[in-house]
Amino acid sequence: MTGPLMERRVGEVVQSTSTSFVAQCYQLEGAPALGGLVRTDSPDIYGVVGSVTTEPLDSARPVLARGEDAGSEEEVIRDNPQLARLLTSRFEVFIAGYVEDGVTHQYLPPRPPLVHSFVYACDQEETARFTSQLDLLRLLLNSGASHSDEIVGACIRQAAPSHDQPADFLAHACRALAVELSADVARLNSILRRVAP
Amino acid sequence: MTQSHEGNGAGRGRTPPEQGQPLGMVIEGSVANGVEVRLDPGVSVEQVKVGTFVTLHGANNRFFGVVTDVSLGSTDPRMKYTPIPADDPFVIQALQGTVAFGTVSVLPQLTMPEVLGDDQGPAAAKSIPSHFSRAFTASQEDVETVFGSEADGNFWIGNPLDMETKLCLDLGELVKRSIGVFGKSGTGKTFLTRLLLAGIVQSGQASSLIFDMHSEYGWQGQDADKGGMVKGLKQLFGAKVSTFTLDEEHSRRRGVSTDETVHLGFNHIEPEDVELLRASLNLSEVAASAAYNLREKYGEESWLKEFLDAGRNGSLLELADELQVNAGALRALYNRMGRFTRHGFMVEHSRVDTAAQIIEHLERGQHVVLEFGRYGDDEAAYILVSNLLTRRIHRKYVEAKESAMGGAGKEPRPLVIVIEEAHKFLNSGVASQTIFGIIARELRKYNVTLMVIDQRPSGIDSEVLSQVGTRFCCLLDNERDIDAVLSGTSGSRALRSVLSRLEAKQQALMFGHALPLPVVVRIRDYGPAFYESIQGGGDSEAERKRKVDELFGG
Repeated sequence: MTGPLMERRVGEVVQSTSTSFVAQCYQLEGAPALGGLVRTDSPDIYGVVGSVTTEPLDSARPVLARGEDAGSEEEVIRDNPQLARLLTSRFEVFIAGYVEDGVTHQYLPPRPPLVHSFVYACDQEETARFTSQLDLLRLLLNSGASHSDEIVGACIRQAAPSHDQPADFLAHACRALAVELSADVARLNSILRRVAP
Repeated sequence: MTQSHEGNGAGRGRTPPEQGQPLGMVIEGSVANGVEVRLDPGVSVEQVKVGTFVTLHGANNRFFGVVTDVSLGSTDPRMKYTPIPADDPFVIQALQGTVAFGTVSVLPQLTMPEVLGDDQGPAAAKSIPSHFSRAFTASQEDVETVFGSEADGNFWIGNPLDMETKLCLDLGELVKRSIGVFGKSGTGKTFLTRLLLAGIVQSGQASSLIFDMHSEYGWQGQDADKGGMVKGLKQLFGAKVSTFTLDEEHSRRRGVSTDETVHLGFNHIEPEDVELLRASLNLSEVAASAAYNLREKYGEESWLKEFLDAGRNGSLLELADELQVNAGALRALYNRMGRFTRHGFMVEHSRVDTAAQIIEHLERGQHVVLEFGRYGDDEAAYILVSNLLTRRIHRKYVEAKESAMGGAGKEPRPLVIVIEEAHKFLNSGVASQTIFGIIARELRKYNVTLMVIDQRPSGIDSEVLSQVGTRFCCLLDNERDIDAVLSGTSGSRALRSVLSRLEAKQQALMFGHALPLPVVVRIRDYGPAFYESIQGGGDSEAERKRKVDELFGG
């Protein structure tokens, strides 16, 4: 049990608010995909990856282009092994709910995750279980992110393959979305186009 | 256990108490305008038709209503301006039923007893179901509760739209008030009438006297659509129906035997009849009223004969002088009456009182069909004969009823008089004079009601029309006719949309006295299956009892 869980550990919370948190990846470029479902421990807080950033650790030392003479991109990394230590990947997660005493609540937890909590990417089974309810869509739509439509679309796309009947899940999710966005057909339409198989 | 239970259910041929297919839920409404039902995502607007029966399950009551309108709605008013990829089934599927949905307007008409089979029947709805009440298409049982079932002695007239349920009519109630059958030419008025008459004959609820303009009800009628003949009442019911004819030759030519041939004597014609024929004979008012002077001069029995004799002898001028009427008018009257009395069924003096004969048949519980043969196309003949006979029958009924009220006799048997082209008798010009106008207005009290068949209901006097209790309306498209038919009916605005969408054949909107609520019916086929059901049934319980009473003076 510890093994697979260890494998799915992708980072650690470094900044936390009631609605979102930022996690730093252990591996450069090791962030989960946009829209992917992640979880922190104790309590189990779930969230959807809303943005991924890779930047220099020291903001005073901007990254410089180094590949002018290199034959390939791999060569750049090989010739500058220090790069992995100077850069870091972070991802922002919008909180989508939490599980307490085995009960899933798709609304904001009373307290945000603790800083330094480990962040795990959810496996298929966990994703399917958590997305069997779709109240999280409303949290994502109202996340305040400038690209919240993209996050919602990506979330639905990411979650679909985890379900036994992906097509049914898609249809169900789109109807739920239609109910949430019943007063704004233009926005609904744009998300539907992102989700359509 | 379960199996035997199911077996029993199937054996009785009845469906378990079910509520029909779910449609949606109530989202707004008022008693005056009915309620709006938002359709469930899975229900397509195309499935729900105007005129369909719906039950609404409120918190404490069940309501029974009719779909009066179907419309498309949207949660976002901007949707119609938003480009939607209409060819993408995925997007359409997501939008349908959520953002874009169908609504139906339902007019709740009745509240139903909570438990079916209660003694308490449906009552007129005085409220509406609350928000979010569920709506279902009405189940068979609901329809039976509302309209009665064939098993309870009601007459199966057809099916509601899109339902296999038998829609039944309470004929006892039907014949208590006048009946109207309206519709454009070729919409099945005659078939519907024949069906109703067959029902009345079979049930024995009333006698009927049919003035059969085009000889369609007696022995056989024509089926213009399928080509060929259909059975008339005489063929179906044999001795229960007597056929009279004005035109024996015509009947013989068609190979149809009739029971009696009608001859009318000049002595039976009264000045009132002339008044009535004024329009169809194109007589002036002066000419028509000269008939009264003539009666005064020659007496009740022989005024027409004497008048025609005088005309033939060329003494019209002196007569005009004597009576102080315009000579031209008198000549016009002579010409028209002379031509009219050359009809084959007119005789100078008839001792046989046809009206009495007919009454005798009616009193025996028989039904009389009077075929006009080739005189059917002669408007004046039709009007005169039907008026003349009806007036005398009317007199008899009034007498009988009055003596029954005085305790001196038994109640006259209810009588339904069937007239075609009713606007010719009942237009506002003559309705006050013809006997039919009187019957329509007051004769319900004397157990006589009318069944008027007409394609121009707007031509019928509005006062008479308002007395027509139960109306059967096939397709009508003239605005004025629709107005006339719906006049005095509550919710006529909603009915109007139903009426104009009827199919051209075999469909009718029924509403009025004998029906708890207006209903569109797909009229059952008048053919071998119907003959079977009518003849196989034999006498109804009421009819058998009546016959026994008659035989043994019970």
